[in-house]
Amino acid sequence: MTTKNRLFAWAVLAAGLSGAVGLRPAVANEELEKMSQDPKQWVMPAGNYANWRFTELKQITPENAHRLHPVWTFSTGVLRGHEGGPLVVGDMMYVHTPFPNKVFALDLNHDGRIVWAYEPKQDPNVIPVMCCDTVNRGVAYGDGKIFLHQADTTLVALDAKTGKVIWSVKDDDPAKGATGTSAPLVVKDKVLVGVSGGEFGVQGHVTAYNIKDGSMAWRAYSEGPDDQLLFDPEKTTVMGKPVGKDSSLKTWEGDQWKIGGGTTWGWISYDPKLNLVYYGSGNPSTWNPTQRPGDNKWSMTVFARDPDTGVAKWVYQMTPHDEWDYDGINEMILADVKVHGQQRHALVHFDRNGFAYVLDRATGELLEANKFDPAVNWATKVDLTTGRPEVVPQYSTDHNGADHNTKGICPAALGSKDEQPAAFSPVTGLFYVPTNHVCMDYEPYKVTYTAGQPYVGATLSMYPPPGENNLGNFIAYDVNEGKIVWSDPEPFSVWSGALVTATGVAFYGTLDGYLKAVDVKNGKLLYKFKTPSGIIGNVNAYEHNGKEYIAVLSGVGGWAGIGMAAGLTNDTDGLGAVGAYKSLSNYTQLGGVLTVFSVE
Amino acid sequence: MTFSISAPICARISARALLLPGLALAALLIAANPHPAAAQAASSSSQNQGASQSAAPTDPERPYIVKDGRVDFHTFNGYRRYGDNCLRCHGPDGAGSSYAPDLTDSLKHMTKEQFEETVINGRKNVTTATENVMPAFGTVPDVVENLDDIYAYLKARSDGVLGRGRPKRLDGED
Ligand code: HEC
Repeated sequence: MTTKNRLFAWAVLAAGLSGAVGLRPAVANEELEKMSQDPKQWVMPAGNYANWRFTELKQITPENAHRLHPVWTFSTGVLRGHEGGPLVVGDMMYVHTPFPNKVFALDLNHDGRIVWAYEPKQDPNVIPVMCCDTVNRGVAYGDGKIFLHQADTTLVALDAKTGKVIWSVKDDDPAKGATGTSAPLVVKDKVLVGVSGGEFGVQGHVTAYNIKDGSMAWRAYSEGPDDQLLFDPEKTTVMGKPVGKDSSLKTWEGDQWKIGGGTTWGWISYDPKLNLVYYGSGNPSTWNPTQRPGDNKWSMTVFARDPDTGVAKWVYQMTPHDEWDYDGINEMILADVKVHGQQRHALVHFDRNGFAYVLDRATGELLEANKFDPAVNWATKVDLTTGRPEVVPQYSTDHNGADHNTKGICPAALGSKDEQPAAFSPVTGLFYVPTNHVCMDYEPYKVTYTAGQPYVGATLSMYPPPGENNLGNFIAYDVNEGKIVWSDPEPFSVWSGALVTATGVAFYGTLDGYLKAVDVKNGKLLYKFKTPSGIIGNVNAYEHNGKEYIAVLSGVGGWAGIGMAAGLTNDTDGLGAVGAYKSLSNYTQLGGVLTVFSVE
Repeated sequence: MTFSISAPICARISARALLLPGLALAALLIAANPHPAAAQAASSSSQNQGASQSAAPTDPERPYIVKDGRVDFHTFNGYRRYGDNCLRCHGPDGAGSSYAPDLTDSLKHMTKEQFEETVINGRKNVTTATENVMPAFGTVPDVVENLDDIYAYLKARSDGVLGRGRPKRLDGED
């Protein structure tokens, strides 16, 4: 960037959104990187490229957090589950909704007046092929455009000032069960987007489109031949060694990889210095492991790719041959932290399978993998030399076979943590993690594949771990020591993305509808407010006119809304016994509302 | 024997198929491809007429057998098929989710015919206020062939004779 450009970029920051539209793409990215470092704005889903969900704003502190209160609210007019959170770019806030995937641009100078609203026309037949409610995890900003990933997999670029469609492209085919739920990420002159549909046998992929015109730059599949994976058999590595030829094909029977899942519906992060993007792939399809022998690579995998070419630098598969639906799509947090006393450029990932993985993000070396919920029992540990989990036969649904009900597996399919992203504080060096505390019985059975029909093949029942009745915890986690520092029990799974402030306040939402602020030192509750509905959205922070605000979407739904609306099944609840299950529907009803808080 | 189970629906479906071409396929599939497990269960039940274990339910109002929390094969099969095709919207045990109705409640008010008609043809309720779509299962053999069993399971749940969770089987195979 020339000095002149830099000055210009700063001028753009100062002037908010105005002027951003005219920038060149490559410059726009540097502009975006700068904007993401400005704590007043929240310009990408996780706050910054490293996926920290951290704010440097200092007005809200552990001392005054009890004086937080809602200052304005906004109803989205949509009922179903509201995941993700708003962006703040200059003076504008962008709020998205689940299907029909509306986007609102709100003017922060005028109490959230609607500057423009966009509602795509989509075939409602996409609704029933969305596995777990019609959620959407948010929009992305870059180059003066707002990028929306619709349910029907259309990626549309809207003019951030006017909401006018600049271009739109169809990423995949909902008739096959492919849908769009994830938030895109703008990296340099491209916008990256994943795909959902692991329950429909979709062959997962991440695709980069040129932000200028929506033309496809590259597409990388999660399974298939090397040219579809964008693997260089000699240069792409796993556990420090080249992956070799046909690394994926060798781990599937016949053509099964074509309907192999490994969808990419989670979050993407980016390290500008290493020029690598990171994301995870989901479960192999079907959920019946006996039907798909082999490691099913590269489902359940962390990918590190070059954003310019898509070529993979390294990969690491967390759960080879999944037997429990432990998708590997959770966020990859890029943090420079101490691991066993040594400072590392780490990638930290709290996986569905209950292990917190710490890898060297340049090389993919596995540094550590420890349980972040003591209930986790499906594996004793992860072998750091082979990278493989040591699976306990009693909880192996493959070992026990199809048509056998394997009982007491922890965590349940929804994982010790699902997509709800954790936060990292560079001040404390700790991670603040929303978790599920649920176990399951899992019975696989044979299914046949029909395009556009669910390809699941397992019956599940879920319940709290034996002797406990809290279904979630909000925890502080230390990767240096590989241990939980403190843990706040919650009656329901914590299904909202966390936020942590430089001053030492951590925020999260609960399924029964509370926004909570806790002290990062000890987890002590500082403030809570009951929003209109259960929270599965992510908490964000921004500053406007000199004041710090906290914003969160409430609106219960998602997988949590399916599993818990009527309460979980009690394991031993054979015949109408009054079980230990709790009904979420006794606490909250549907409806999307944004609530904005501040301290006066 | 297997056929007598699905024949009445089959006839209805064929009639409807005149109106909805897609459904003809479903009817054909039923005719051509009886579910092997159901066939097995049906034949074993005709062999041990007296044994309560595998006797087929006879009362059309109570299309299930539940004894001490254990269920007949059809009801169990219904539980499983429900899990594969309906649970992701209607929640565990038919108990409803944040966006699809509690079917144990629905069956208190719906006839079997209305139930079948809804599942075969689906229902769209998309307005400015709601985005509810119940998919049409008329061309999904897994559902069409097992609809009697799914109904039996949900009816047992709805009648309050079967609790939540995975039912145990009368034939002792857990
Ligand atoms: C993709 C989600 C989805 C799936 C899968 C699904 N349903 Fe539905 N179902 C719905 C919704 C939504 C409604 C409510 C529609 C409305 O508002 O009119 C509904 C309504 C119904 C009704 C009518 C209930 C009433 O009270 O009127 C029945 C019966 C039913 N479903 C049975 C089933 C069965 C049996 C299956 C599995 C074979 C199934 N559904 C699978 C979403 C689904």
